[in-house]
Amino acid sequence: MTVTAVEHGHEPGHAADDHHDSGETDLPTYLENTRRNRLGMWLFFASEAFLFLGLLVTRFYLWRGPHGEIVRPELDQFAGLVVTAVLLLSSYFMNRAEVSIANGKRTDFQISLLLTAFLGTAFLIGVVVWEWGMFPSLVKGHLKPTDGVFGAVVFGMTGMHALHVLSGVILILNVWWLGRKGHFSAERHWGVEACAIYWHYVDLVWIFFYPAIYLIGSTIDIPH
Amino acid sequence: MSLFTLGLARGLFGQVLGMVVGMLLTCGVRILLGWEAWAAEPAWTVGSVCSIIGFLLAVGALDDWLQWTKGVATPIHHGPPVDKPAWTRYFSVDYNHKVIGVQYTVWGILLLMVGGTVAMIFRTELARSGLQFLGLDLYNSFIGMHGMIMIFAILLGVGGMANYLVPLMIGAEDMAFPRLNALGFWFNVPGSVLLLVSIFIGGWDAGWTAYPPLSARGPIGYQLFFLGVFAIGLSSIVGSLNLLVTLLRMRPAGMSLFRMPIFCWAVFATSLIQLTATQLIGTSFLMVSVQRALGMGFFDPRGILGEVSPMVGGGDPVLFQHLFWFYSHPAVYIFVLPGLGIVSELLPVFSRKPLFGYKWIALSSMAIAIVGFIVWGHHMFVSGYNDILRIPFMYATLLVAIPTGVKFFSWLGTMWGGKIHFDTPMLFVLGAISVFLIGGLTGPILATVPTDLPLHDSYFVVGHFHATMFGGFVFPFFAALYYWFPKVTGRMYNETLGKIHFYIMTPAFWVQTLGQMGVGVMGMRRRIADYDPTLGQGQIENWQLAVTIAGFAIAFGVMLMLWNFFQNAEVGVAAGDNPWRSRSPEWQIPSPIPEHSFPAPLHVVGEPYDYGLADSGYVTTASPGDD
Repeated sequence: MTVTAVEHGHEPGHAADDHHDSGETDLPTYLENTRRNRLGMWLFFASEAFLFLGLLVTRFYLWRGPHGEIVRPELDQFAGLVVTAVLLLSSYFMNRAEVSIANGKRTDFQISLLLTAFLGTAFLIGVVVWEWGMFPSLVKGHLKPTDGVFGAVVFGMTGMHALHVLSGVILILNVWWLGRKGHFSAERHWGVEACAIYWHYVDLVWIFFYPAIYLIGSTIDIPH
Repeated sequence: MSLFTLGLARGLFGQVLGMVVGMLLTCGVRILLGWEAWAAEPAWTVGSVCSIIGFLLAVGALDDWLQWTKGVATPIHHGPPVDKPAWTRYFSVDYNHKVIGVQYTVWGILLLMVGGTVAMIFRTELARSGLQFLGLDLYNSFIGMHGMIMIFAILLGVGGMANYLVPLMIGAEDMAFPRLNALGFWFNVPGSVLLLVSIFIGGWDAGWTAYPPLSARGPIGYQLFFLGVFAIGLSSIVGSLNLLVTLLRMRPAGMSLFRMPIFCWAVFATSLIQLTATQLIGTSFLMVSVQRALGMGFFDPRGILGEVSPMVGGGDPVLFQHLFWFYSHPAVYIFVLPGLGIVSELLPVFSRKPLFGYKWIALSSMAIAIVGFIVWGHHMFVSGYNDILRIPFMYATLLVAIPTGVKFFSWLGTMWGGKIHFDTPMLFVLGAISVFLIGGLTGPILATVPTDLPLHDSYFVVGHFHATMFGGFVFPFFAALYYWFPKVTGRMYNETLGKIHFYIMTPAFWVQTLGQMGVGVMGMRRRIADYDPTLGQGQIENWQLAVTIAGFAIAFGVMLMLWNFFQNAEVGVAAGDNPWRSRSPEWQIPSPIPEHSFPAPLHVVGEPYDYGLADSGYVTTASPGDD
């Protein structure tokens, strides 16, 4: 079997290079690459699930009362409810953005992305200003990070989640900006899809975090 | 050509710059908040985070993605750099998996040498009782360093073998995500630099396991240690993700999962662990890091209710052990599964016989990976957790012996009645089996609660652990280096020197591991710089000396191997395309391998290990209908 080095060009299976929506590759290659990207994205979610599970385990391991019962600190229930609602609503607009680009409705796509980013930012502000009390002149927070395991876990869980929301908002704004420049089409919008499933995933994590932090267990007073 | 032509030099400069920027940023924020400008711990912590980013930006590992955020397409450049010498690609960001595999391997060997040197230093200290030249703190930092640097080295070695071999074995041109592959490698460099630098700002004297409360109160070096491990962990996660997608989506026509070369199964199982469990060591280290930096008391047992109920609201150091070992036990399977895969891969080639029980070996790797997730508690038999937990963890741990036994017997079955060729790679495979047997047989002793309790934290554990690591990784890794050296370089190593290496290293290692177990039974503790010379009826010093001499012999053997490779990489005898008469796809193409590996897509026409079966093939690049 004699072999020489050959430049392969772009036949399917060899052009593993194009993970973006440049429109340079032919459609079969683009679809195969998108299948790989999608699998990679879901494996990334599987990996991240262990991070969030670790935090949930920490919460249930550490938040125990004097008799070993499950407890939680008294937090602002209204704040928790509002930010949760805002985040869930944002997922609707993210989905609308993805469906719009798949149907070629660019205006809807752009508006929905902006709304998602706006709601995501509102969630972040809600957590940082309202729940954390980072700006005591505006809202006085309920807990400090140094308040034993209650402060540690609340700030640990919401902080790790907020980092993901922040990265999601940055991604959404980037996709919005690229969309404005004319990128993405009904056939080729892996970038939008990746952004959308990431956003839904971050949302899903909050669906587990919210009851763990705000709802489960009896409240315990924390002296200041 | 200036020094900054090399990505590595640019990256290291960027890392220093990032560190300075991070420190200035911290000072600036503190001044804005009206605090004292300089505080060492936050400055070093933020500086370390920025130093990793600085390295990656400067080396160019993030270039393409930054272009994509602007909507600019960046086609991959194939082949060596156009305006620079070809060798510079090994020191810069390159997307070819064969280059990245070599980068991983070489960086891994470098760390292996650093970790080995550290071990030689404290082994010399231990050769006699009393303190000769190492202080207690430095000794503790050194054993921690030996541990963590060797773990880095092993992860890099695993990454090297997997990245180089997997695409070749499944006939793919490259990995599924070449850019992510490069990023995965370059994470390791700033990570290991942080680890090495930390020794100069106080080290980390509570060992590589970094248990709080000691690590929460130890020197600042711990922050650098945590972030260094974080970088390596990111490398593990993106690397394993890449390997999984490659294995699942890029196999050629006809290569079903049970027709892959067996090493691919080992990598598959390893990647599953790496992808998921790695998150937990990151989480646990991050928690200690923020406890130190921000006072978040995850592991600080002081409660918030004062005298009313002193424990309520207090953290728990045992939680750290749970989270930590949830990764760090499966981590040893990350280390050994690829090594055992190498053993299974090489045995049929040198026995000229089919692999005995292919499916069983493949599934035993998966079984070890899955059972590995439920055994972490055997590291914690004396931690004071609920006694009832000891029993399921004991039985789960003993369960690991079954799939491991499957591998052993199938190796014996493969060799049985074969025409065995005792070339250097085969010798190292046999050495691996003998050494891993020692490690395997001492495992149940430590898994069983009543025998573990007196042996816990003794040198017996150290002996057991080194036997599994040498048998499961080091010997197979060396076998792989000798075996694929002709493929990578196109030249043959010196067979005599290789055999001398083997015959020095194997008996030396037996002495080392059995000696460590011996002094452990005599009462030698782990992580203590000194010991009582009257232990073992006054014989312990002789045993310690024997272990030290054996350690130096192993180091000499490794030097011999590196000299052998260094000598022959450019000027050795041409090896030919397939010196071992292997059926595996990578041996059917020229050595060294051309840029795009295979001239055309592969077709699988037979079984991978039908050695000795006339007129049978495994893969062909011709379509079935051609000729």
